[in-house]
Amino acid sequence: MTGTTPGSRLDLRRYARTDVALRTPVGYADYKSTGLRAPLRTPVDLPHRLTEVTGPLLGEDRVTAADADLTKRLGGEAQGQRIIVHGRVLDSDGRPVPNTLVEVWQANAAGRYRHVVDNWPAPLDPHFDGLGRVMTDDQGRYEFTTVKPGAYPWGNHHNAWRPAHIHFSLFGRAFTQRLVTQMYFPDDPLFFQDPIFNSIPEGARHLAISRFDYERTVPDWALGFQWDIVLRGAEQTPFETEDDGDVA
Amino acid sequence: MTQPMTTPSATVGPYLAIGLTWEGGEFAVPADTPGAIWLRGTVFDGNGDPVPDAMVETWQADPDGRFDHPDDPRGAARHPGFTGFGRSHTDSGEYAICTLKPGRVPDGEGGLQAPHVDVSLFARGLLDRVVTRIYFADEAEANAEDVVLRGLPEDRRQTLLATPTDDGYRLDLHLQGDRETVFFAV
Repeated sequence: MTGTTPGSRLDLRRYARTDVALRTPVGYADYKSTGLRAPLRTPVDLPHRLTEVTGPLLGEDRVTAADADLTKRLGGEAQGQRIIVHGRVLDSDGRPVPNTLVEVWQANAAGRYRHVVDNWPAPLDPHFDGLGRVMTDDQGRYEFTTVKPGAYPWGNHHNAWRPAHIHFSLFGRAFTQRLVTQMYFPDDPLFFQDPIFNSIPEGARHLAISRFDYERTVPDWALGFQWDIVLRGAEQTPFETEDDGDVA
Repeated sequence: MTQPMTTPSATVGPYLAIGLTWEGGEFAVPADTPGAIWLRGTVFDGNGDPVPDAMVETWQADPDGRFDHPDDPRGAARHPGFTGFGRSHTDSGEYAICTLKPGRVPDGEGGLQAPHVDVSLFARGLLDRVVTRIYFADEAEANAEDVVLRGLPEDRRQTLLATPTDDGYRLDLHLQGDRETVFFAV
C-alpha cells in the first residue's frame, strides 16, 4: 500500500549546478587529508527528483536566542576581540532564504578548539565553547556575536597555519542546497600557504571572505563583519520562443 | 541582471562535532515508533580503515513515499514524529540512523523509484560533501525498475544496496578502493 501515484508527470523545481570551474573540488592534493578520503571515481550525475528538491526544514526547536551570542555561553564573558558577524542567506536567483538554520563553530581567540583532538599549546577559554546557531529571519538575515577566532598551526606542511575562520553549515530548503563552508576575514596574511583556502578556484575565493563593516561596528563594543551566503537557486530554463521560425 | 555566485564549500574539518552535534540527531523517528529500523554502516577510507570523524546525514520519504515538505506537490506526510532527516557522527567509523523504511517515490516521469535514502557524507579531507543513496537489497523488483540503479553497471550497483540485519539494514560506505561507493553529482 502506498500513497504514490505512478503515471503522472510532476512539475518539480530544479536547482542550478554551479560551474565546476567555480566549485571547490572534493579533493585537493596540497591538502594531505584528501589523499585517502576523496573518492577517485567520477561522480554519477543524479537528476533532481523529489528526494533532491525537498529537504529538512528544521531548526526552530533546536535554537534559542542565546545561541546567537557565542561570547556568553558558559556563564562568563569570552576572551578576545568581540565581533558581530552578520549577512543574508540568498539563493543564486538573488532571493532570500528565510527561516533556515545556520550553524557555526570556531576556535577561540587564541586559535584553540574545545575538542579532544586539539591539543596544541594555546589556552582554552573557560567561557567559550565555540558553538552558535541561528535561524534566518523572513528576509534571510542572520547575525552572531562572537570573538574573532585566532589562527592556529596544523600538520599539513612545514609551518602550516590556518587563517582565522568560522565554520558555517546551512540547509536551505532542499537537499541540493546543503552547504558546509568556512568564512574568512579580509586581508589575512596566511591565505597564501593555506591549501583549504586555495582549494577554492581563484575566481570564487573572494566569496569566502567577509567584509569589514564599519556601519555595523558598535561604538565601545564590537567590530562588524558582513558575509552573505549564496545557495544554489533554480535552474535557468533555456530561452524559448513560441515562433521557432529558424528551426522550422 | 548579474546573478550572485554560489558560495564555495569547505571541509567540515576535524572539529565538526563542536558545531554539528545534536542531542538525538540520529533519530528520524523516536526509537519506539512501530516499524522503526536502524540503518548502520562503517565509513572506510582508501586504506580500508574506518573513518572516525565523519558525519552522515540522511534525507528520505516516509513509508508512503511522501516528503514532509511544501515542494512535494502531493501534500504532507502522515507519520507523526517522522522528520525524514537523520544526522550521525561516525564514532569509531560507524554511523547509525533510526528511521522508517521509505516507500517508493515517483520519478516524476510516470514511473516509481525504488525505496531509497539520500545520504550526505562530510569529513575532514573532503572539501565538499559527497552524496550517495542507500537502497535496500530485499527490494529486488523495485530496484530492477529504478531509473537511477538501472543507469549503473551491475557491480557498481551493489555498493548502494543495504542488506537486512536483526534491527534494520547495513551499508558500508567506501570512499575509495575496489568497492568505492557510487557517489552522485547533484
